[in-house]
Amino acid sequence: MSDCIHFILNGESVDADVPGTARLLDILREYFKLTGVKCGCGEGECGACAVLINGKLRNSCMVAMGSLEGCSVMTIEGYEKTEKFAVVEKAYGKAGAVQCGFCTPGMIMATEALLSKNPHPTDSEIREGLSGNLCRCTGYNMIVEAVMTAAKEGAGLW
Amino acid sequence: MVNGYMPNTLEDALKIRRENEVVLYAGGTDLMVRKEESIPYLFLNLIPKLQEVTEDKETIYIGAACIYSDLLQNKVIPDILKKSIATIASPAIRNAATIGGNIGNASPAGDTLPVLYALDARLKIRTLDSEKEVNIKDFIIGPKKTILEKDAIIEQIIIPKKRADIPFYYQKVGARKADAISKLSFAGIYQLENGRLTDFACAFGAVGPTVIRATSIEQMLLGKTMEEVRNLIDDVINQYSLVINPIDDQRSTAIYRKKVSLNLLGDFLQVICNAKE
Repeated sequence: MSDCIHFILNGESVDADVPGTARLLDILREYFKLTGVKCGCGEGECGACAVLINGKLRNSCMVAMGSLEGCSVMTIEGYEKTEKFAVVEKAYGKAGAVQCGFCTPGMIMATEALLSKNPHPTDSEIREGLSGNLCRCTGYNMIVEAVMTAAKEGAGLW
Repeated sequence: MVNGYMPNTLEDALKIRRENEVVLYAGGTDLMVRKEESIPYLFLNLIPKLQEVTEDKETIYIGAACIYSDLLQNKVIPDILKKSIATIASPAIRNAATIGGNIGNASPAGDTLPVLYALDARLKIRTLDSEKEVNIKDFIIGPKKTILEKDAIIEQIIIPKKRADIPFYYQKVGARKADAISKLSFAGIYQLENGRLTDFACAFGAVGPTVIRATSIEQMLLGKTMEEVRNLIDDVINQYSLVINPIDDQRSTAIYRKKVSLNLLGDFLQVICNAKE
């Protein structure tokens, strides 16, 4: 057993003296006070807690802290400082893709994960990329449109 | 103090496993829903050897902690296995969940399991001072039950290429496309040579306490011509109806599961009869 878990959080190296079995979601919200990460279902079905780990989309409710040793974690709080976020934010606003906003941080992380892999996704590729993220307000079409717009407006960024 | 072990080698992991009461953590996607926090986790995701895929002339070796999204990108992985993996959960879960975890978790609805049964997959099981190979059908003995000893770890999933490179059929039935646990699933493989069926295997998921495969029924079809197979279809479906005994639960009913499983089997047999070599 080791004393601390060392990882990179939103670009900064951190040591967390927390249980290895604790959920990343709880540690982000309560230890690091990063409350953009939401708990919806707590069992990987809704995507409201989505973050990027080593650039890949993950549900932070299903990540135990001990698995993160040496990893890089990015939450919406880190992502919002990027140029790509500015494009995604504008596109979500323009399309009316944010209503109550609870799913939005997770949706945006899923959008980034998708565009970083596939900068010009089709409608069905967007739906597949966001398939693990639930939204109970928009009916999804506006979110799909937002991702489409972000891909177009941000051409060259991804 | 962190209550968890984070070894970088399989040998260290096996030593820790032997000397301590631990819960194995591969991708965490089943474990974290149960949140069993009283026992320390032994993290397997930091061991490079468990994430390797290798091959030789006749065999594919998949490290037990290989992550689904990596397997989907790997050209060595059989297409039938990729097809089943692509139906599992969502992108975020496929970025974490592992093939060894699906086996160790031993859910009757585990989506890679019917494929691994049909492919005659074997598992390499390691302890600190021993290793053995077991057929997957002998490894899983009931819902959430396996023969894995308290000091052992699944190291590899071993797939014979003879089975991996031939035509296949796979269907999963769930309530929706993403994040749905199977109501039932079906995997089949076959090979035609000189107008005869020279290889045939199929397996049914989520319709019994373990995946169901009946090699005695498969034998009925081996060596048969397409015409003979066509004449045997009803008989084969009847035989399988005797070994498929699903249950009612929150996801589906026994009657639906059985009916749809047998329909898929019938469709698979029709595909074989209409196939060109």
